[in-house]
Amino acid sequence: MAVIVDYDAGNLRSVQRACTEVGLAATISDDPKAIRHADRIIFPGVGAAGSAMQSIRKSGVDVALEHAFRSGVPILGICLGLQISLEFSEENDQTTLGFLPGKVCRFQLSNRDLKIPHMGWNEIEVQRWHPLLEGINDGDEFYFVHSFFPEPENPTTIFASAQHEREFCCAAGLDNFFGTQFHPEKSGRVGLGLLDRFRNWDGRIAE
Amino acid sequence: MLSKRVIACLDVRDGKLAKSIRFVDTKDIGDPIEKAREYYLDGLDELVFYDITASSEARSIMLNVVESVAEQIFNPFSVGGGIRSVRDATDLRMAGAEKINVNSAAVLRPELISECAAAIGSQNVVLSMDVRRVGKTAEVPSGYEIVINGGRRPMGMDALAWAKQGETLGAGELVVNSIDADGTRDGYEIALTRSVAERVRIPVIASGGAGTPGHLHEVLTTGKADAALIASMVHYGEYTVSEVKTSLHELGVKVRMSW
Repeated sequence: MAVIVDYDAGNLRSVQRACTEVGLAATISDDPKAIRHADRIIFPGVGAAGSAMQSIRKSGVDVALEHAFRSGVPILGICLGLQISLEFSEENDQTTLGFLPGKVCRFQLSNRDLKIPHMGWNEIEVQRWHPLLEGINDGDEFYFVHSFFPEPENPTTIFASAQHEREFCCAAGLDNFFGTQFHPEKSGRVGLGLLDRFRNWDGRIAE
Repeated sequence: MLSKRVIACLDVRDGKLAKSIRFVDTKDIGDPIEKAREYYLDGLDELVFYDITASSEARSIMLNVVESVAEQIFNPFSVGGGIRSVRDATDLRMAGAEKINVNSAAVLRPELISECAAAIGSQNVVLSMDVRRVGKTAEVPSGYEIVINGGRRPMGMDALAWAKQGETLGAGELVVNSIDADGTRDGYEIALTRSVAERVRIPVIASGGAGTPGHLHEVLTTGKADAALIASMVHYGEYTVSEVKTSLHELGVKVRMSW
């Protein structure tokens, strides 16, 4: 059974519905025990890095996620779920989980016509082959809503990028963890495709 | 670079799709869930459901519509109409709406915007403004006045000042709906849209008056809008969503072309 990790009482039903649509049975839970026993994990995100980390630590979800990561369980981080999987976030100057070396930065834009949050559909460019990005074509667009972006330390952990004045990483991964800054559950057919590939992913990147 | 969004607005009354002309003469034109699904599969970027049900008992009907839509549409969608409290907003969010639109109640009690932003995040709070062209006065120096209650009640408030205030209070997006243009299919109110877009740093969605893809092109370029709302032009089958998007693409507007 897949578990969608809940924290901060977020609205995660859109993620769950999209999983159902691709045939991935997933329960929503904030129980560390359920997370430890999950055979795959979706780690979405709502709210800000500070309050998210606070509730994750309080509930013990951080330890359960760490355990799952070390055990090779496939994990998909979405938006804030990806961001707090890095080591540090400029949002609330928060130390975060640190599965993925690197940090999260705030957009600093000079062009007044561009807006923060970066919200809407944007095309992504695949930088490196990954089983979860299989079949995504240049020009395919995904739905984004965010003011901060991930900046992984090691370029080999960056799998896709997008442009918002500057180029930024929008998909990163290490071993059995993969995260997207965009929302596959809100990105129509191409997003459902990614979730469908996650349903069958064994947690390995090897081609 | 972000694509310009094409958003379809579905007015829902008692669970059925309706469309008004200049805010009156509404008539039923079908099943909102079926329409939403059709547009989603045809490349629509986002949906807005506007609950124009008069009675509050019918609220639960709207929640059911939202639930059904959320099961079938994997794109962002927002819901507006009659939202007066954080509770209304969170109910709709729990039913599956991504964003909520506040309108009249926020004009009467502006704190509603900041309360909703605190509860569900600024990015999920859309301030929808209904605007009518009037003579320039001391109260309304831009000549664009805010009206509420479906266009029936002028408020003596300047639309540009309200847009700015809404942004300050925490709205994540603005819908600028021209009552003069609503349902006419003669084109958007370009000057109004542009004036608002130049005053705020949040995305602006132009609404009211779309009749041809050329109208969308104009408001997304000259009007500086980030997104354009359409209704009649697709509801009655004159254009399909994909035709509208293909035309925009051919006119050089960056829109999402693969779905």
